[in-house]
Formats: sequence, structure tokens, C-alpha cells
Amino acid sequence: MVLSAIIGAFSDEYKKSPVRVKVLDAFLIYAVATAGLQFAYMILVGTFPFNAFLAGFLSCVGFFALTVCLRMQVDPANKDFAGISPERAFADYCLANLVLHLVVWNYMG
Amino acid sequence: MSTMSAVKPSAGPEPYVSHASLFETAKRYLTKTKSQELLLRSIILIFVYLLAFCIRLFSVLRYESVIHEFDPYFNYRSTINLVQDGFYEFWNWFDAESWHPLGRVVGGTVYPGLMFTAAILYKVSKFLTACIKLRDICVFTAPFFAGNTALIAYLFGKELKDMETGLVAAVLMAVVPGYISRSVAGSFDNEAVAIFALVTTFYLWVRAVNQGTIASAVLAAFAYLYMAASWGAYVFISNLIPLYVIIMFVSGRYSRRIYVAYTTFWAVGSLLAMQVRFIGFNHVTSNELLSFNGVFVGLQVWEALVFLRTKLGTKQFGQLLYLTAVAAGAVGAAGTAILVLSGKLNPWTGRFWTLLDPTYAKKFIPIVASVSEHQPTTWASYIFDLHVLVFAAPAGLYFCFKRPTDGTIFLTVFALTAIYFSGIMVRLMLVAAPAFVLLSAIAISSILQSASKELRAPAAAETKTSPVATRRGRGSTSNEENITTKKSTNLIILGLTFLAMWSYSSHSIWVTSEAYSSPSIVLISGWGPHRVVLDDFREAYYWLRHNTAPDAKVMSWWDYGYQITAMGNRTVIVDNNTWNNTHIATVGRAMASNETEAYKIMRQLDVDYALVIFGGLSGYSSDDINKFLWMVRIGGGVFPVIKESDYLANGDYTVSSRGTQTMLNSLMYKLSYYDFGNIMTEHGKGTGYDRVRNYEIGKKDIQLDHLYEAFTSEHWIVRIYRVKDLENRF
Repeated sequence: MVLSAIIGAFSDEYKKSPVRVKVLDAFLIYAVATAGLQFAYMILVGTFPFNAFLAGFLSCVGFFALTVCLRMQVDPANKDFAGISPERAFADYCLANLVLHLVVWNYMG
Repeated sequence: MSTMSAVKPSAGPEPYVSHASLFETAKRYLTKTKSQELLLRSIILIFVYLLAFCIRLFSVLRYESVIHEFDPYFNYRSTINLVQDGFYEFWNWFDAESWHPLGRVVGGTVYPGLMFTAAILYKVSKFLTACIKLRDICVFTAPFFAGNTALIAYLFGKELKDMETGLVAAVLMAVVPGYISRSVAGSFDNEAVAIFALVTTFYLWVRAVNQGTIASAVLAAFAYLYMAASWGAYVFISNLIPLYVIIMFVSGRYSRRIYVAYTTFWAVGSLLAMQVRFIGFNHVTSNELLSFNGVFVGLQVWEALVFLRTKLGTKQFGQLLYLTAVAAGAVGAAGTAILVLSGKLNPWTGRFWTLLDPTYAKKFIPIVASVSEHQPTTWASYIFDLHVLVFAAPAGLYFCFKRPTDGTIFLTVFALTAIYFSGIMVRLMLVAAPAFVLLSAIAISSILQSASKELRAPAAAETKTSPVATRRGRGSTSNEENITTKKSTNLIILGLTFLAMWSYSSHSIWVTSEAYSSPSIVLISGWGPHRVVLDDFREAYYWLRHNTAPDAKVMSWWDYGYQITAMGNRTVIVDNNTWNNTHIATVGRAMASNETEAYKIMRQLDVDYALVIFGGLSGYSSDDINKFLWMVRIGGGVFPVIKESDYLANGDYTVSSRGTQTMLNSLMYKLSYYDFGNIMTEHGKGTGYDRVRNYEIGKKDIQLDHLYEAFTSEHWIVRIYRVKDLENRF
């Protein structure tokens, strides 16, 4: 009961955020869901090629972290990142993702 | 289409062509303050680089370009393997030439950063057709990187405060003795590149926090990869940075820039560090990195809460907080319990415990306690290694606290933790040296700026502060406030600072020349016409190389293992990697038992030659008899049949006639003093007078049953014995 009221209030307030932020949030949910799936699979099947599990899991977690950073830098409500244009933030984000996924690919084995 | 204007469109202003001569152009540029400053800065940095490089060359000038000490020989051998056999062979290298029946998986137990660095330098120099031998590349890697560290210290100081601080930091870093001690030419050890990586990682981290962009944090992660590939002290970085985040949080200076910097650093840095085979999964499972991963999770939780609070009303946020706290607590406790009980979380290693409890190693791990570099630091070492910086660093702390910025708070945390750890182990003085340098740079630069400000612009400004020349400024003007406006006092302050810097640099040069430039493998005693060079080590190792069978196995104490494999090219039983305590204890037991027992152990281990280091004739004091008690302790730690009390006469360790029978019958005693009883070493003393222990030895006529003397070097420092085969039965 309490929970549904909280969720209702949250979604009302959330609808007001700008579209670019909502797109990024969709990516965030996707990353968390994939990470959760991998974790559940690991629990079922065991950790044998542990480096493969870590590579997959940490690629989701890393992607999540980078997307949150991008969301912070791009959200117009944030005042901390005054000097960084959204284009620069996005370019940095692409670079970091490239590095992250190259390392993940190397680690998967 | 725009309307045609009546005026002919010109292509732009006429390009400016100067008709002034070279001399006039140079004069015009040089009289501008900005170019003067640029010129001055470049000249200072070039000189700093040359100074950092050249001060480390004493041993090359006095002896020759040779690799020093013990560990560098293994690194040199690994680099040869990397250069000759290629990357894949090195990455998967199994070394059958050490730890005799066991071998060592080198690919997975080495920090490859140093070898890769030297191999890349070698390949680059070959590409540029500069034919430098690999050994010379290895010898000069450390001074080269010391120069680079000085330049990074310049950038770090610039990031922390301003360009003047950077210049002072570069100058101090170039000659600080604490860093020179492990980075002279010839000291081809991990610290040579690791300190460069450490300072670079910290600089890039502070830059990432100041800028708050993702790209700068990725750069910091690459520096962290270099550090993780180079030295085991990467855990210092991965615990210091989370500690810094926690402190910023607790002191109310948290900002989203720190979040961006830390999460990107964590995500990219963790994955990069895990590529090093030696680190592997430890990065997520080990307790040593718990705070690194934990702070990441904590930051996510905090930001999620902040996000929810902006979207919900106060009452609902409170309810949500309560629900999630209960759920998270339950899940967290259950998860930790499962992980600990199923043994998935690796325990803290002994090395980590030693850092928190300095007496831990002495009680539980004698082999860690026996290493000379792990001894606690004395007060004298601080002055010896840091000189003036010991006094300037607290002044720097004052300046950091007076005007705290994100960068200076990080420096404070770094300095305080580094000082604490440097008090535990002498070796960690190396990590504290950059912290002292940067703090001192801030202090000295601030003092110089405020003292010279008044001298630069002698305006008719009213005197603001009292003429008392205390070292604390009052009030606040533009950059640094004046200490006093009296010209003479400022000149005195400048003079005193100059004197301090001059004494610091001459002390550093003296210390480097006297204490830190000995290669340990070549010894020089006496001076002038009485100079004697003792090259016994290399003589003996090359004897081994040329006069023994290629598959011969050599048993010696673990200190000399790396040198024997690198220079003598023979298989050893134990070496400096000390990864298998039982194997070392077996060798210790063999050295401490009588000859028959030792012969049985040597037959088991397949030993062909036994090697001991003996200083009694030459006066070389780091010989095996002085290390013998450690052999007994380590051996006795695994085999209770060896008791330390058996080797001590009334609690006294002696090999004179007062020594116990167990001591005088031990293999080590026999091998060290064989035939020594017939030698007269000093006038007026009897035969067999040991010049290190300063008394005559106990048993002078020694008979060896199962070994015979194969080789003794010129000054009797290295003695090699051949293990005889079994007796004929008929």
C-alpha cells in the first residue's frame, strides 16, 4: 500500500524529466537487467571460467557506471559540470566505452 | 546571393612579413615577460631532468655499467627472455631453472611492467638504429624514469597549486635521497618505474577530480594499470583513493565530479588491472581491495538516494528509506556470511597484516621479518633520506589546511598515510618521498612567493602586517600575503631558503655518492694506492657457468638464487622469490644440520653443488654466518627438530670455542670455515681469526666426508663445494 503510493509519486515526478535523460535511464535499466541475468546464471551454473563471468558482469556494471556519469553531465539540472558541453560529455563517454569493451573482450578469453 | 558591393572584396588583411633581423626578433621576444618566463621554465625543467639522470650515475662512473643487488638480476633475466623469445613465451613462461624440483610459474607470479618497459625501450632504440645493449638499457631505465618522475612532479605541483610550486616540486623530486636509494643506475627493480607510475596516477587522479570529465578519469585508469603491472604496492593506490572519497564525503566536500572520476576510475581501472596475470581475480575477491569495491557500491547507493529524494516528497522518502535500509541490511549480511563461509573472500595476506601490526611478521612469518628492507624505520633514516623536507613538509601541511582544495586534501591524505606506513618498513620510505616532496614544494614555493613579492614590486603600499617576521602570514591579499614589507627581512628569508635548498642538494649528492651507489656485486675497499676491488661474486658465478655441467643444481641460501640463475646460468633450489616457505626451510635445515643429515637432504633435492658466502677473510659482513640464525629460525619454523637454542651458547650466538657442538658441527660452519684454520689473517692473532666476528673460530681442523671443495674465490667470499656421489659398496 505504502509502496504503491511511493511508486505512484515517483513516476509522476519522473515524467517531468527531459527526454535525453529518460533515454539514458532506459540504458541503465537494460544494463542492470543484463547484469542481474548474468549473476543469476552464474549462481545456477557455477563460476567455472570466472574470468568470463567477471568480464560479462563487469562490462554491464561498468557500462552502468559510465552511463550514470553521462546522465549527470548531461542533465540540465546539475550545476556541478558547468564547463562541460553535452557533446564533450558524449564524446568522453564513447571513448570510455570503447576502452571498457576492448578490455572486456580481452578478458573474456 | 548577396548584393555586389561597390568596393572590391579583399581576401583579408595583408599577411604580416617581418623585415627585422634574427637578432632583433630574438630581442623582441626575450624582453616580453611571458616568453622570458617560458624560457626560464623550460631551462629549469631541462636542467632538472639532466640533474635527476646524472645524480644517479655514480656507480656507473666508479664501477661499471652493471646490474646491482639481487632482485634486478631476475628482472634482467626475464627481460632477456621477453626480448629473445617474444611476448607469448614470456606471458606463459614456466621457469624450470629455479626452485629445483618444483619450478616456478613466472608468467603468473611476476609484475611484468618493468620488463615490458625495458623491452619497449630496447626495441625503440633498435628501431632508431642506436645500438644499445639490453644490459645497458636495463641499467639506465631507472635514471630515465627518475627524470620522468621529476617532470610529472612539476605537473602535479602545477595541478595542486600553481606553476611555481610545480617547479619547486620538480627540483626537490629530482634529488630526494629517499627515491634515489631505489632508482640509481643499475637498480633495475620494480620501484624504478613504479614510483613514476604512482606519482602519475595520483597526478591524473587529482586532475580528474578537478576537471570532472570521464576522459581524464580513463587516463588515470591507464596510469593505474601501469602501476598495477609494475609493483605490489598498487593496493596502496586502490585503498588511498577510496579513503580520499570517504574523507571528502565526511567533510562535506563531496561533489558530482568526484562521483564521475571515481566510478569511471573504478570501472575501467579494475578491468585493466585484472589483465595482469598476477593480480587476476584478486581485484574483486581479495580483502585488500574491499574498500575499493565497497566505496563504488556506496557511491551508487548515495546517488540513488539523492535521485529518489529529488523525485519524492519528504514523508514518502522517509518510508522508502526505511524499507530499503531493512532490505539492504538483510541482503548484505546474508551475502557476506555466505561468501565468508564458503571461502570465496580471500583473506588478507601476511604482508597486509604486517603493515597494520609491525610486530606481526616477527611472531608469525620469520621469512618476512628476515628481509633487511622490512625492518622498522629509525628516526635517523628520515633525516638521511629526506633532509630539509622533514621540516618543510609540516609547513606544507599548514598551507594545505589554510586553503583546502580538492587536490590539497588528497595530498594531505596521501602524505599522512604514507608517513604512517614509512614508519613501519624502511622500504616504504620510497612511497613517502613523493608526499614529502610535494608538501615541501607547497611550503617553499609559498614562502618564496610571499617573500619576493615585496621585493618585486616595491610600491608605496601601507604596511599591513607587523614587522615580526614569523612564518605565518596574516590577512589575505591576492595570491600570497606578505609576511612583512621590510625589504631586509624578506631578503633574509630568501637567503635562509636558499641556504636550506643548497644544503639539501649537497646532502643529497653526498648521500647518493656514499650510501646508495654501491652495486653490491662488486666491492671496493681501501682508497688511493691501497684500493682493492673484490669481484668475487662474478668470479664465482662465471666459474659455475664455465666449469660445471649444464644441468647441475646449486644449493645456496635464497638471497643468491637470482644471481646464480642469471649469471651462473645454473638451476637453483631456492631463490629470492621466496614463494615456498617449506622448500626454503628444507634448505635451512640442511645448512643447520650436521654433515650426514645434510647429505641425506641434499641427495633428496638432487643437489650437485653447495654455495656459501663467507666474509671472514675479507671482512665482508653480510655473509652466511651472520645470516645463519635466520636459517635456523626459518628451518625450525617448519621442522621442529631444529631448535634455535641448540645453536646459542648461553643465549649468545658465537662460532668461537665457546660455541655449542651443534653449531660447530653444522654444515654451514664446516663449509664456511673449511681450511680457514690454516690461514693467518691478521698480524698478532692466531690462525683462523675471523675478521668479521673478531675472534678465532672454535674448530680449526675440519674434515668433510660427503663434499669436497670445488672452488673458492680470490678473497674467499664465495665458496663452492661439490656433493660427492654415494660411496662404492664394495
